[in-house]
This record gives sequence, C-alpha cells and structure tokens, in this order.
Amino acid sequence: MTVVEYSAAASIEEAVSLLLSSDIPAKVLAGGTDLIIQSAGLDPIKVVDIKNIDSMMGATIDGDGLTLGPSMPCAELYSRDDVKALFPGLVEAAYLIGSTQVQGRCSVGGNLCNSSPAADTIPALIANAAQCVIQGPGGERTVAVEDFVTGVGRNCMAKGELLTALRLAKPAAGTSDAYLRFIPRTEMDIAVAGAGVSVTLDGAGTCTAARVSIGAVAPTALLIPEAADALIGSKLDEAALDKAAAASLAASSPITDRRGTVEFRKHVVGVLTKRAATIAAQRARGE
Amino acid sequence: MSEAKDYKYVGTRRVRPDGYDKVTGRANYGADLTLPGMIWGRILRSPHAHAKIKGINTSKAEAHPGVSAVVTFQDFPEKSQGSPLAQNILANEKALYHGHAIAAVAAKTVQIAEEALGLIEVDYEVLTPVMDLDTAMADGATLINENLKTVGLPEPATEASNIAARQELKIGDIDAGFAEADVILEREYSTPTVHQGYIEPHACTVRYDENGQSMVWCCTQGHFDVRASTANLLGMELGKLKVVASEIGGGFGGKTTIYLEPVALMLSKKSGNPVKIVMDRDEVFKASGPGAATKSWIKIGAKKDGTFTAMQAKMAFEAGAFPGSPVGPGTMTVFAPYDVANAKVEGFDVLVNKPKVAAYRAPGAPQAEFASEMLINELAEKLGMDMIDIRLKNAAREGTQALYGPKFREIGFIECLEQCKASEHYQNAVAEGNGRGVGAGFWFNIGGVSSAVIHMNPDGTATLLEGSPDIGGSRASMQSMAAEELGIAPERIKPIVADTEMVAHNDTTGGSRTTFATGMAVIEAAQDVVRQFKERAASTWNVTPEQVEWADGVARNTAGDGEMTCQEICASAGRTGGQITGRGNINARGAGPSFSVHIADVAVDKDTGKVDVVRYTASQDAGRAIHPSYVEGQIQGGSVQGIGWALNEEYIYSDDGLLENPGFLDYRIPLASDLPMIDPIVVEVPNPFHPYGVRGVGEANIIPPLATVATAVGNAIGRPMPDLPCSPPRVLKAIQEG
Repeated sequence: MTVVEYSAAASIEEAVSLLLSSDIPAKVLAGGTDLIIQSAGLDPIKVVDIKNIDSMMGATIDGDGLTLGPSMPCAELYSRDDVKALFPGLVEAAYLIGSTQVQGRCSVGGNLCNSSPAADTIPALIANAAQCVIQGPGGERTVAVEDFVTGVGRNCMAKGELLTALRLAKPAAGTSDAYLRFIPRTEMDIAVAGAGVSVTLDGAGTCTAARVSIGAVAPTALLIPEAADALIGSKLDEAALDKAAAASLAASSPITDRRGTVEFRKHVVGVLTKRAATIAAQRARGE
Repeated sequence: MSEAKDYKYVGTRRVRPDGYDKVTGRANYGADLTLPGMIWGRILRSPHAHAKIKGINTSKAEAHPGVSAVVTFQDFPEKSQGSPLAQNILANEKALYHGHAIAAVAAKTVQIAEEALGLIEVDYEVLTPVMDLDTAMADGATLINENLKTVGLPEPATEASNIAARQELKIGDIDAGFAEADVILEREYSTPTVHQGYIEPHACTVRYDENGQSMVWCCTQGHFDVRASTANLLGMELGKLKVVASEIGGGFGGKTTIYLEPVALMLSKKSGNPVKIVMDRDEVFKASGPGAATKSWIKIGAKKDGTFTAMQAKMAFEAGAFPGSPVGPGTMTVFAPYDVANAKVEGFDVLVNKPKVAAYRAPGAPQAEFASEMLINELAEKLGMDMIDIRLKNAAREGTQALYGPKFREIGFIECLEQCKASEHYQNAVAEGNGRGVGAGFWFNIGGVSSAVIHMNPDGTATLLEGSPDIGGSRASMQSMAAEELGIAPERIKPIVADTEMVAHNDTTGGSRTTFATGMAVIEAAQDVVRQFKERAASTWNVTPEQVEWADGVARNTAGDGEMTCQEICASAGRTGGQITGRGNINARGAGPSFSVHIADVAVDKDTGKVDVVRYTASQDAGRAIHPSYVEGQIQGGSVQGIGWALNEEYIYSDDGLLENPGFLDYRIPLASDLPMIDPIVVEVPNPFHPYGVRGVGEANIIPPLATVATAVGNAIGRPMPDLPCSPPRVLKAIQEG
C-alpha cells in the first residue's frame, strides 16, 4: 500500500505545472500498468493523471505523417486501420504489451517513458525514426527516440517535463515495417530479444533505405546502422539478410538472466532481425 | 460388478453445485474471511539460502505502534521444537532456504506489520548453500543437517550426510536378465524443481480461544490433517480446534501440509485478536512445497522382438531442507507399467537448500517415469519398433507381479495403449519436420478413511455432509452417486464440504482418493437412508422391511398395495420414529490403479529452439467416469501441467542460492494460447472394489507428458533431450551441437 496524492490535469500546461511544483516525487499517470505495480510499497508519491487531455489520448494522420498521443491505449491504436496501414510493425509491437485487459490501459508513450530495455514499442519506434515532443517549464523540445532512453529505466526527461506527442513522418512510397520479439510462450511475457525493421524498396525491389533496431539485448534499445547498411542496396537476398543479422548480433551486449543466456539472446536477435526484415519487405511490396 | 448396469445419474454431465458461486465471484476462498477485531500477520523470511541464526532481536518490532504480537520458533511449545514440521514453519537454529520463515508479526494493518518486519534484527552467519544433487551427495559436502545420517544403508551409517535415506526394490535376477538381452541401453536424465502453480495463495484466518473454541479457516486439501498437525504442534486437543476448509483455488498436492496456521494461532494467542495471514505469490514460490528435482540413471535390456529382460534404475530426489522427498513412490512407479521378471531400483532422498518439497500430483512418478519412458522410446527406435507396440509387448495386465509388491487385478493399461493406437491422431503420420512422442504413466491411487452423513429434510430434500475439500468437482460426483442410490434428483441433494466438527475424520484429498473413497462413504450413507426409508414404510404398512422395494425414490409394498414417495416418508418421519440420518464411516480398500497413455506432435523452430505442441491426445483408465466432464477435465489439466514441466517450468537459482523467478512472469506455466486442444480418451475398465467401478483419475495424467513431449522434441530435432525442461535455449543448444 502506497500513499498517493492524486491530481488530474486538464491541460499540458497544468500537467507541467503540477509535476514541477510537487515537493514529493511526481509521476505521470497514463494507464498506470507499470506505475501502479512499481509504486507498491514505496514512499508517498504524487501522480498527475493526464488522461483528461485530449491530445494525449488520440492519434491523427495528415500529410506529414502520424502524430500519436503518447497515452492512447494500445487497444485503441490496434483498432486504427489507418495507423496500421502506415506502421503495421509499430501497431503489432504495441499489441504485444501485457494481456487483453492491460491493452485497454497501456500505451506507447507509457512503454517508452518506462524505459525498460525490453520494451516492445521502442525498437518499432526507432525503426520508424519517431521524434519525441517534450513539453517542459522552459518550452517545447524534440528528441529522436533512439536518444530518449538513456539507461535501464532512465530517460532524458527532467523534472516537470511531459512527453506530449510522438511524431512519425509519413513513410516514403514502397516503405513498411515489422517488429518481432522472442518469448518462450505465446503471450503475457517479456521479450528475451526483439527487432524492429523498416525498409524502403524501389520499383525493382532494391532496398533504398532501412532502419534496424534491436531490444532486450543491451541496457537500451539500439539503432543498428550497420544492419541497415547491409540491407541498403540489396534485394534483401539471403546474404544481405545474414549480414544484417550478424550486425545485430555483433552490436548486442545482452546479459544472462532468468529469461535467457548471452549466447541465446545474441543468436536470437540475429534471427529476429532477419525475419523482421523479410516481413517488412513483404509488406513494402504489398504482399 | 455393475459394469453392464444402466445408471440414471452416474455418468451424466450435470452442472456442478458449486459452479455458479465460483463463476460469479461469490465463492469464499482462503483470504475471504474477515472477523471482528481481526489483525494482520506477515512473515519475515530468510534472505539467505543457508545461514546460521545467531540471534533474533524482536524488541523494536514489538515496540512499533500498531504491532500486537511477534512470534519466533521459541514460541512453539518445547515438546514440539524437535519437529521438522515446526522447524520448517519457523526456522530454529538455521535458515535452510531462501524464504524460510524466521519470525512473524501481527499488526493493525499489513503495512504496519511489514514495517515491523523491517525492525526485527537477525544475526546471520551465512553458510555455503547446497543447491543440487551432485554437490549434496559429494564426499565432503557442506552439511545441511550435521546430525543427519543416512538410513537404509546395508551397514548403519557412521558419518553425517545430506543423504537422508536409501531405498531399494528388486525382483528376479538383474544380472541374468541383462545377460539374456540382445540390446542394452542406458542413459542419465534430470528434471528441475517445479511448482504446482495453484492460482490461490496459501491463506488463513484464525481465532485462538483459551476456552476451547479456537477456529482456523484456511484453504487446504485436508482440514482434518490441518487440525491434527496444528493441534499437535501447539499442544491442543483435537476437539478444541475447529478447522473450516474454504473453497480452494487449486492444490495439486501443494496444500496437503501446513505453513501459516500454527503461526497465526500463536499470534492470535499472544495478541488476543483474530489473525489473518495471506501469502504473496513470491512467498508461495519461495516457501511452500515445490515438486522435487531429480537425477536418474536407467538401464534396460531387451530381446530383438522388444521383450524386456531387465530394467534397472538409480534415482536421486531432492527433498529440500528436510528429509521426505517422494523418492519412495518414484522407485515404486518407475517400471510399474511393465511386466518384467528382473528389475532393480535404488533411490536416494537428498537434502538441498531449497524449500521442503511437498506432494505434486502423483508425487515422484512424473520424474521417475519420465526417465524410464524416455529410454523405452529410444529402445523402440533402436529396435525399429513402434512406440506403442513395444509397450503392448511388455504391458502389465491382470495377474502381473508388480515390482512394488502386489499382483495387479483388472487394469486398463492395454486398453489405453490400444485406444491410442487406434486414434485418428496416431493413425495419421506426423507432419514433415515435426516430431512425435508417446509416453505412459502408472499411479497407484489410494483409498483411506472417509466419513459422510446424509440428513433427510422434511420436504424430501437431502443435505449431504462430507469432509473432502473439493478440488476437482467432487461435490458434483458425490451428488450424482447419492442421487443414484436414493433414487431422487441430484438437484434435491445439497453436498457440503463439512468442517471438522460436522463429520468424523476424513483423510486429506490426495492420491485421487475422493471420488473413490469418500464416494463409497456417501454410497454407504445413502444406503443407510434407504434402509430406514424401507423400515418407515414397512411400519406404516405393517409389513417387514424385506417386503418393501425401493426404486426411483418410491417405496413399494411387495406384499400388498401401497406406495410411499421419499417426500411422504420424510414428511411423516417425525411421527414414524424421528428424522432420518444416514451414515457412512469407512476405510476404503482396493483403490484401483490408473494408467495413462499420451501422444504428442510438436513443431520446433529450428532457429530459436521454441517448441509448439501442435496436437495432443491423452487416454486414461477412469474405471467408471461418474462425471465424464470432470474426468476429461482432470485428464486435460494433468496433461497441461506435464507439458509445462516438459517445456518451460523450472526454479531458477542464483549462484548464492536465491530464487530468481518467484512469480508467474518468469516461472512459465503454459497459457491457453500455448496449447492445442488436449483430446481426452476416457477408458473404462471398472475397478472391482468399488460399487460403480471408480478409479481415481486425478494423477496418472500428469506422468506421461514429460517423456511424450521430450521424445517428440528429440524426434523433431534428431537429438535426445534427456534434461528437462526443453526450454528454447536448451533445445537450440541441442540443435547447434547436433
């Protein structure tokens, strides 16, 4: 049982001001699926509920791309065919979090701000070059998602700052993405390794652009330019895929724990890189 | 034997009487009772796997505002302090495993109790933990109990050891048997520490009363044994302690002993308040009674035609911190499904710094029969024989002398094998790239002491009191059997799991005994009621009871005219001699063994080692299925627990002996989405010792999946998988080494 001081903010500005003025540790409450579990038995905290702020909870697509409200429940995101059409890999990553019940509350922004090395949506966001819009007492700033998380459970946000949007540019023609994770079961588990890949193919099927990101195999999810370089210029043939897999494997620095050994995680992250690239390419070709 | 008889209610699929309350959330489980003035107990647990306790200072905790009582081992009556059970419930001189209970606090709130736990000062001297069988059994091993000497050695032991006991079983001449063999195979196998994984944590609410009105409410498989053990440890008389069994959210053998109840009563005695203690999931994993880890060596000799000539096993079982692993049933079951003239089995009960193991569904048999069934499959492959045919060739049948003692009466092993062989599953070849496995299981089943009472109400309805906690739908089965005997609709009978003051002693629900033994007590009680129905009708008609026939709930005068319904007899009972109560108090003998045969097809992701069970068929001899849905449920449930044991379940310890996965996130039981339909085949070879032919069905089903699935995985990847679990890292390693 933890003593909680609860406030609901009606606007971004009010949320920032509530977070800033608190004299006890203040936390943003979106779905609470991580926060409530983590707060058990802790000293008193203040929670600032941001679910009353419309822009935090919605997703809009315009000519520039997707603006995702960080606290939109994953179940709602999954029901958005327009988002799925542009970023199927991101949506499938979001859909892997928790159980059906948890899906009704958990969110992409929450997953990012929790900053777990094994977060499923982070590699998918990195593969799509998402930009994080952060509002703080000093105004707004934008951070590339691969720079957002700074360590296990740590990120670049300072006291009083709030993640207000995730921006994903409209993908070029012939682009799609995929995210895969490995767990020993089918659901309700935490990634042993994960890989998000976005590829752009030209009319001849040659890869002209790619981003590869891996998760759960280092303190933070990583962008792997070497893996992307292995794909760019190829027709995603076996040799190129193997080279990308090898790059992911080489860049990973996992630990041995109850979820897997170093050797197993390194091997599997290579396999996932290859498989995710193959699926992203199939999607890019409209298959 | 009643084999050919048609039954009206036995064998029908009725809605269980306890079902509505359970699905609506109305049922009351272990943590659901609250009493006036109740306070909360919490338990301080050892952060070390093995440590000497040099001192415990509870004074700061006692002085903490809101704290009403603190207890330690020293609060047990002196005459109980030598008891291993007491030392498991609260550590004495040593903490013997990570999570071992050290002290307990009762306070106004859980939060205050937890704060107080933090104020208890324990002076530990950390010792080297002994975490596996090889380390524990090695010469010069660190000793967990310096006073323990091995029993069962040919010469009495002189030195202390971690090996608590050695057992041996033999039949025939093992050397001559191997000499006769054309083929001899041997191999080593291992299984990890596993947990039963019941959803409901241990919980109790108690009230100590110095005037003999003490009460315990708890979730248990046997409230009479809770009463006996608790009263014994605390020096109480049985009649002065009432134990009420709540609804139970799973047990699988893990709720056949006690952890919290004496602690809660001591706290209640000290504080003067009722006390509730509820374990966290973390505590359940660390400090209840998991299933034993094992290592086995098996050797089998056979003729070219597949006939076994000799079977030998050497098995070591981890007992945890105190002696008492199920190595006994392990040695007795390892070769029990087979008719073999020469066999020898040696078993060792070994201490390690892990929680004391408890029963887990057919205790000892899944580990033991995993090893033997694996080698039989390998032997079949070596001889070019079908996996079912080699078992049919050697199957135990009526008259077979079992290694563990008795000669089998009517048993259904061959029928299980034949029905599996004829199944659509087995008749179709396994898909290209996938692997198939087969495995068999034997379990004794037990009978034992059961008591039941039936009160007839004035409107002809019946109240059925029995004392076996219902963990698998037994109230529905009791209702059907009572209805069959009384000839009235099951819905007119209300079955109740009565507390320790409402019926006489009942043995714990375990050993698949309840439908068999308590069922017989219920049948006897119902027959006692029918006898009285006949007497009452006879006195009304002025005929002898023998001249009265009872059928379909109606008494008929065979010596003249007249019919009296059950309602009429009950309505007039007050005038014909008083209300009618039937009793059944029995010690049931003749539990029929149950056999089980399974088939699994698996797909293996060769790049990651992940196993997907794609098809599963499970047969079992139920003798007679009183409630077919619940027999199928037992078969499916046992299969799934065995599949989990085969694939991903294991206790993971750090190098210093700390449990790293005390929760369902990382202790991976199978999810519904991990499994195919488990197709049950209910075989019915009646048990001649039960009026309806019942055999226990709760346990034999968990035995075959271990070897069935591991064989299927091995066949899919072309490498044997002798060590469980077949988790992705281990399967991938086997593929890469292949």
